[in-house]
Amino acid sequence: MIGFLNIIVIICIIVFALSMLGMVYRVIKGPTLHDRVITLDAFGVTLMGMMSLVSIVLDTTYLLSVIMLIGMIGFIGTVGFAKFLEKGVIIENDRDNNS
Amino acid sequence: MALIHLAIFLPVIAAILIAIVYRYVKDVHLGWFALIVPAAIAAYLFTLIPTVSNDGPLHYTLNLMPRIGMNFDVYIDGLGLLFAILISGIGTLVVLYSIGYLSKSERLGNFYVYLLIFMTAMLGVVLSDNVLMLYFFWELTSISSFLLIAFWYKKDKSIYGAQKSLLITFFGGFMMLGGFIVLYIITGTLSIREMIANVDLVIDSNLAPLAVVLVLLGAFTKSAQFPFYIWLPDAMEAPTPVSAYLHSATMVKAGLYLVARFTPVFAFSELWVWLILLVGLFTLLWASFNAVKQDDLKGVLAFSTVSQLGLIMSLLGAGGLAVNSGANESIFTVAVVAAVFHIINHATFKGALFMIAGILDHETGTRSIRKLGGLLTIMPITFTMTIITALSMAGLPPFNGFLSKELFLEAMFELSNANFSVLADWSVLFPILAIVGSIFTFVYSIKLIHGVFLGDRTHETPKEPHEAPALMLISPIILSALVVIFGLFPNILSQTIIDPAAMSILATDTQLNTEISHWHGFNNPALWATIAIVVVGLALYLFRHSWMFIYDYHKEQFTLNYLYDQGLIYSQLGSKKATDGVMTGFLRDYMVYIFGFFVVFGIITTFFTGLPIDFDNYSEIGIQDVVLVIIILISLFIIMMTRSRMVSIIMLGAIGYSMALFFAFFRAPDLALTQLAIETVTTTLFLVCFYHLPKKSKHEEAVGFKFTNFMISVGVGAIVILFGLAAYSNRLFESISKYHIENVYELAAGGNMVNVILVDFRGYDTLFETLVFGIAGIGIYALMKAKVKGKDDDNEEHA
Repeated sequence: MIGFLNIIVIICIIVFALSMLGMVYRVIKGPTLHDRVITLDAFGVTLMGMMSLVSIVLDTTYLLSVIMLIGMIGFIGTVGFAKFLEKGVIIENDRDNNS
Repeated sequence: MALIHLAIFLPVIAAILIAIVYRYVKDVHLGWFALIVPAAIAAYLFTLIPTVSNDGPLHYTLNLMPRIGMNFDVYIDGLGLLFAILISGIGTLVVLYSIGYLSKSERLGNFYVYLLIFMTAMLGVVLSDNVLMLYFFWELTSISSFLLIAFWYKKDKSIYGAQKSLLITFFGGFMMLGGFIVLYIITGTLSIREMIANVDLVIDSNLAPLAVVLVLLGAFTKSAQFPFYIWLPDAMEAPTPVSAYLHSATMVKAGLYLVARFTPVFAFSELWVWLILLVGLFTLLWASFNAVKQDDLKGVLAFSTVSQLGLIMSLLGAGGLAVNSGANESIFTVAVVAAVFHIINHATFKGALFMIAGILDHETGTRSIRKLGGLLTIMPITFTMTIITALSMAGLPPFNGFLSKELFLEAMFELSNANFSVLADWSVLFPILAIVGSIFTFVYSIKLIHGVFLGDRTHETPKEPHEAPALMLISPIILSALVVIFGLFPNILSQTIIDPAAMSILATDTQLNTEISHWHGFNNPALWATIAIVVVGLALYLFRHSWMFIYDYHKEQFTLNYLYDQGLIYSQLGSKKATDGVMTGFLRDYMVYIFGFFVVFGIITTFFTGLPIDFDNYSEIGIQDVVLVIIILISLFIIMMTRSRMVSIIMLGAIGYSMALFFAFFRAPDLALTQLAIETVTTTLFLVCFYHLPKKSKHEEAVGFKFTNFMISVGVGAIVILFGLAAYSNRLFESISKYHIENVYELAAGGNMVNVILVDFRGYDTLFETLVFGIAGIGIYALMKAKVKGKDDDNEEHA
């Protein structure tokens, strides 16, 4: 029994998958590192969406924590990269610089 | 625990005491303390002679390791007693001689400790009834002999000789242990007496030839038979008392003892008899031939020892025929009597000759026959002793060597008349070999006398020669006196010692009543053989300069020593090459070995057991699974093909996240969570590593293609897939997860089954995985904090 919701969900998954493919292309091709970092961030967000769609398909709530985790990791990763691109280091050690 | 056990271990106990005494007593020569031990043992053993010869063998047992049957069983029969008396008696004389020979400036403590250990070992060899104890003492003789040969360890030649003798005798000893084990498998006992009692089992067994060959290898290496005699001439680097004791009178006779001891077990075997006979005869001939060309006194004596040992060995072989074939038993009994008699004779005259060589070395400073000469008037006592012992060695009347050589030739003539299954057509060879060997024996004996004492004074000796001190002369005088006494009255030995010994070799109870006489009548071929030996020998010696050139053809490349040295060099080179070839130091090569063997044995296993795969109980494959697999495959492909390390890292991350998705699809949220977090961390770490790569190695190049690696990786993949499929197709039992599902709330009060298993049902695993994390963390911290010391830093450290 394929309900209306299921059809929508499957269409969404396909669309998400296509967009992820496009992002993968950009990650591989991306002329600068900045392009790649932004693409990876977007990839993470898309992955969250994908996960939620999957949990609808599987009819479960246990994957919600996975979605949260992806969000956190994506955020931290992007911030880390941004800091790296800006300063060359991620974790600054002030005492190292002073001494 | 009987008195005899104490007697066997007395030398070792004394060795400990001597090591202590050595520290405190500096004025008295240490040998005086050591002298008490062999003298006491010899006196004790002499008291046993009447008991053994009248009432038969004594047997004492002492449980040492009863579970494995290694008991210290002492069995004193005629043969063991003969050897034990030789060991302790000549031991006494040698210790006495060494007091004069070694000065107090030598490391006497070491010398006497080694010597006493050797004495215990040797007594243990000849008196043990248990083969494991026999082997134990046997190796102890090898080790103590090694220590004694290398006594002057600062000389390269001593070390070389010691190593050579150790390698060869250990090889033989190890083979012998194998022989004993085979015997144990056949008979089910470790006791020699019980093996003799169960000789039927040995006769019926297919393993008997193996035991024969292995035991004989032990005997031949120890007794310096062809081709293992090469260690004995090199063992002459030892101090002369050691040469006299170990390498003429006792240790080299251990092999003869072994052969004599196992004659009742193996004599049925033609292999045993003929091997002993032929090897012995050939050794006799070869070594006596080589002894003639030696220039070094001890070299002559070493080869002479080898040849005399060959003589005794061949006699034991002939004696084995007495048991083997029924052919005229009494004749071959003569051979055994001759062997035993010659063991005694050889011990006396060869011990004395070595001591004489030591005296000459000590008083003139050289052992080279070329440099010695005309010492007759200067060293009259030494000359007299040399005449007696060397003529005894040559086999002239009225000395004891004559009697045993006469018996030997007689036995060999009888052998040529007898009719045997194997080698019957060749039996005429035996007396010929024996006579030729005896001729050469005669030649080098005469050379020894003539070259050293007669002729002109050479005045080339490093020291001004003079007669030796009394202390050094006593022992060879006693031995020479024994040579004469045994020569004139041989029958004082026959009833008391020789007969019991011969009876134990032949394993009979009937009295032999041997009568050894000088005169056998004109009909005796041995008499004519002796006359021929003397005539030809004299002629050869007189015209020695016209035929000695044949030794020049004996090139270095054809000697066994050359073979041994090359063998040693090439075994080292070969193993180095093999190691270098396999142990390249490259991890990739080791990985090739590991995975290559995995593939090979995987294929072999598949080939022999088959892979039952059936596809019945698989679940449906969804579209999302296919998509994920395709993503993973593409990522893998990119990793392998890419030129950039960065892309590899990212693709590895992609695979990790795909795995997390797989976990999500297969309804494992905990795994998916963990996988995501871990994958992020590892990818970050990879990126850190990448960032810190040195500039030079950052250049990008594609992974090279190697056909072997390709084949192995394909093989590994295919085998793992096949094994996985096969394992899944063969589920033999139901899963135990049902229990977890039912009890996760009932027993553990939890809803999340994975977590309950992790911390409750199987908490131990979690505990130690936590420990692994802790260790990894501490390790990383230590690595980062540890100062890696270069060579330059070392100097600062010590400054």
